[in-house]
Amino acid sequence: MAEPKTKYDRQLRIWGDQGQAALEKASICLLNCGPTGSETLKNLVLGGIGSITVIDGSKVELGDLGNNFMVDESSVGQSKAKCVCAFLQELNDAVKAKFIEEYPEALIETNPSFFSQFTLVVATQLVEDSMVKLDRICREANVMLVFARSYGLTGLVRISVKEHTVIESKPDHFLDDLRLNNPWPELRRLAETTDLQVSDPISHKHIPYVIILVKMADEWAKSHGGNLPSTREEKKEFKDLLKARMIALDEDNYKEAIDASFKVFAPRGISSDLQQVINDGCAEVDSSSLDFWIMVAALKEFLAKEGGGEAPLEGSIPDMTSSTEHYVNLQNIYFAKADADFLAIEQRVRNILKKIGRDPNSISKAIIKSFCKNARKLKICRYRLVEEEFNSPILSELQKYLTDEDYSVAVGFYILLRAVDRFAANYNSFPGQFNGAMDEDISRLKITAVGLLGDLGCNGSTLTEDLINEMCRFGAAELHAVAALIGGIASQEVIKLITRQFVPMPGTFIFNGIDHKSQLLLL
Amino acid sequence: MAETATQPSRSRDLDKLLLRPGNLVEPTFEPGPGLRDDLKEYVKVLVVGAGGLGCELLKDLALSGFRELEVIDMDRIEVSNLNRQFLFRVEDVGKPKAEVAAKRVMERVSGVNIVPHFARIEDKELEFYSNFSIIALGLDSIEARSYINAVACSFLEYDADDNPLEETIKPMVDGGTEGFKGHARVIKPGITPCFECTIWLFPPQVKFPLCTLAETPRTAAHCIEYAHLIKWDEVHSGKTFDPDDPEHMKWVYNEAVKRAELFGIPGVTYSLTQGVVKNIIPAIASTNAIISAACALETLKIASGCSKTLSNYLTYNGAQGLHTKVTEFVRERDCLVCGPGILVELDTSVTLEKFIGLLEEHPKLHLSKASITHRGKSLYMQAPPVLEEMTRSNLSLPLFELMGKISKDIVHATGTTIKNDKKTSSLIKLRVAFKGVDGVTDMDTAGGA
Repeated sequence: MAEPKTKYDRQLRIWGDQGQAALEKASICLLNCGPTGSETLKNLVLGGIGSITVIDGSKVELGDLGNNFMVDESSVGQSKAKCVCAFLQELNDAVKAKFIEEYPEALIETNPSFFSQFTLVVATQLVEDSMVKLDRICREANVMLVFARSYGLTGLVRISVKEHTVIESKPDHFLDDLRLNNPWPELRRLAETTDLQVSDPISHKHIPYVIILVKMADEWAKSHGGNLPSTREEKKEFKDLLKARMIALDEDNYKEAIDASFKVFAPRGISSDLQQVINDGCAEVDSSSLDFWIMVAALKEFLAKEGGGEAPLEGSIPDMTSSTEHYVNLQNIYFAKADADFLAIEQRVRNILKKIGRDPNSISKAIIKSFCKNARKLKICRYRLVEEEFNSPILSELQKYLTDEDYSVAVGFYILLRAVDRFAANYNSFPGQFNGAMDEDISRLKITAVGLLGDLGCNGSTLTEDLINEMCRFGAAELHAVAALIGGIASQEVIKLITRQFVPMPGTFIFNGIDHKSQLLLL
Repeated sequence: MAETATQPSRSRDLDKLLLRPGNLVEPTFEPGPGLRDDLKEYVKVLVVGAGGLGCELLKDLALSGFRELEVIDMDRIEVSNLNRQFLFRVEDVGKPKAEVAAKRVMERVSGVNIVPHFARIEDKELEFYSNFSIIALGLDSIEARSYINAVACSFLEYDADDNPLEETIKPMVDGGTEGFKGHARVIKPGITPCFECTIWLFPPQVKFPLCTLAETPRTAAHCIEYAHLIKWDEVHSGKTFDPDDPEHMKWVYNEAVKRAELFGIPGVTYSLTQGVVKNIIPAIASTNAIISAACALETLKIASGCSKTLSNYLTYNGAQGLHTKVTEFVRERDCLVCGPGILVELDTSVTLEKFIGLLEEHPKLHLSKASITHRGKSLYMQAPPVLEEMTRSNLSLPLFELMGKISKDIVHATGTTIKNDKKTSSLIKLRVAFKGVDGVTDMDTAGGA
């Protein structure tokens, strides 16, 4: 067996030991193991997911060999679930893999409590009716659910979870938390005690820009009635003052200061995104509240009290031109402030827990620390039940998509993916599934799609003939390349849901395999 | 069911796309069993790289109707590949990637023929690459992409009006990933921008200034690079650092720790040391699967015309929600690689040796140690020694005679150039025209530079 640290090195660099531990604890249920489902699981098994249960009632047919890598010649006539499961096990012996030879539709009908044992269910190639039923079951049982479907050159991925909260959303580009617009006393003191006018040129060009800006902003405020630069002219004047302090052309620290001067002008306080989190109804906590919301409640108190309107400090600083000594000092000051903010939040968390009758130590220090460090980046994702979306999509959005050129193909596929299920319910096969009767299927699908649009309140909207033709041409084919792509996306969303890192996609992802202008539809 | 079920067939699903007419397809699309058979028999695809993308590409192509595949990769399997390169097992560690990948896919998909090449891409003759209908790239380096791009573009010919000749276009699909992000693109040299036209999409890696490392380290990475780039040479005079030698890596780590302690800098770990020194790009199975699938789908579309082709650059970002975007980049008119070629005008008396010398002095080229090929024939080869000896006698002959006394033609030169202070192999396409033959005007010559 390979050393897991080495084997998983390339992914540990993304989600760390904690993310990996979450994956290794998770148990995943897969419904239908055609290529879409098999490929989804493959990506999770390679990454070391805890356990998988493959559910499929069908036997391997010759046609499956042409689109599914996990079955081969020797599998024909055997249980598909069994064959796929055996191949997946071969990929990673650390994963517990098992299969159940049963049709998912039957399980959904007869044994709904079956699903409550899993962390997450990946449901592939289900038709609308089964999707709706399974969704209700999983929502009730508090099990995360991801739908994935490949259909010719289109397909979809849709998450269904009541509420998913993220502390470590890990955005790529996020403004660093330097507080240059609102420095706390220790930072201000450090700036005060630093002499910007030092005559030694080497020292002069190694004063970090953070200190330069805090000091210059202070000087500005003193001569402007306590205000920071706000008008365009003032901002320009401030930058010119910085430029005037340079004593040589190669002073990178001053160049960095000029580039970063907008951080001095930035408005104080928290972002509107964070404000929304604070205002969320769930932030009024009681004994049944999730740990996340208890910490939000503490944050809310902190903002009103110790924080003075600012979130707890993140505590890390980016690299910048500086002497080692200045930089390390600066780091220590940021770290100390972050630690003080953390202690204040921790105290509030413990008090709240006590007040609602829970063990004050039930949330660990490490989690509170992570919460404080990421307080500015908290994310909440909520998903409608698919039944609600199907019955009453957000009409204004739907109408916008139907008339927007960038969205027209994607929303067309969205409607058609639903229309083919209605079609199948009426005619016992998907349009174009078998050769012959193509023209009849095309006109039937068109009528079905127009009817569906009418039911959704979009009377008068139509889809292009070309797209309807294409949908019939697809004939419910599950192409390997499309399945691998849809499965890849589904597995990536599963990873984000389970590690509780990064941000899962909102809405429904509609794959457009014709020109790759895929879209997320928020309905 | 309304219809009798169709005959059981391995290509049950693919047939829907290849046998039925469609409306949103390329004008070249001719659906039918003939198309399906042509894909199997006549379309040869080369997969460059048998890593995270390459493994996926081989599987995807084998299940997308292609039968004749080849794969080239110079690497051997490592334990850290196993989290995503699904064709490899623990017991394969140390074996050549190309060979194991080809074997595994052939074992599972019957009828598919995959020829592995455990070799460097530069070691193959131009002719090797000319055999393929499409080249699919699963690479992680800019240099390798650049090289294959130049190879594919070298086949491109233009007519008298500088329009690309359809039959000389060698299409490429290219994928790349980093963490939750990736791109897939289609390159049709002469029609869509080549890799070099949009080289700015790949900004050069930022390096730390040496004075920061030596005098004002601030981060853990500074301490690591100090140990790696400065201290190593100071202590091990003459011995080159080998990033794959765990003893070497351990030494760098220990030195970095010492330096970090000296300056009070936190955060040096063994994992970070490896990451910084080897410039490790984080990689996961899901992103590779998504990008490879997009590339394989485009390969199928290029070969069959069964749907529109991506035009021409898809980006995927799954870190914050899910964002995909298609951008239609445009060609660089004067691209040295995919353009009609650099015109070099010569006197008919110029010898091959003189010509090679001119390439080194040429202000746009600076190509040293060039080997010269004309219409697939080696006129002079710098290496290997056997070929060098065989072609050496050509050096003293006039190029005009060696090229069969025609007024102008395309010549390929491979040699080394200096890019960002680094020696790189370059392949350059030249339009050689001889003065005074067939009305070529006697104007400024490249040789004058």
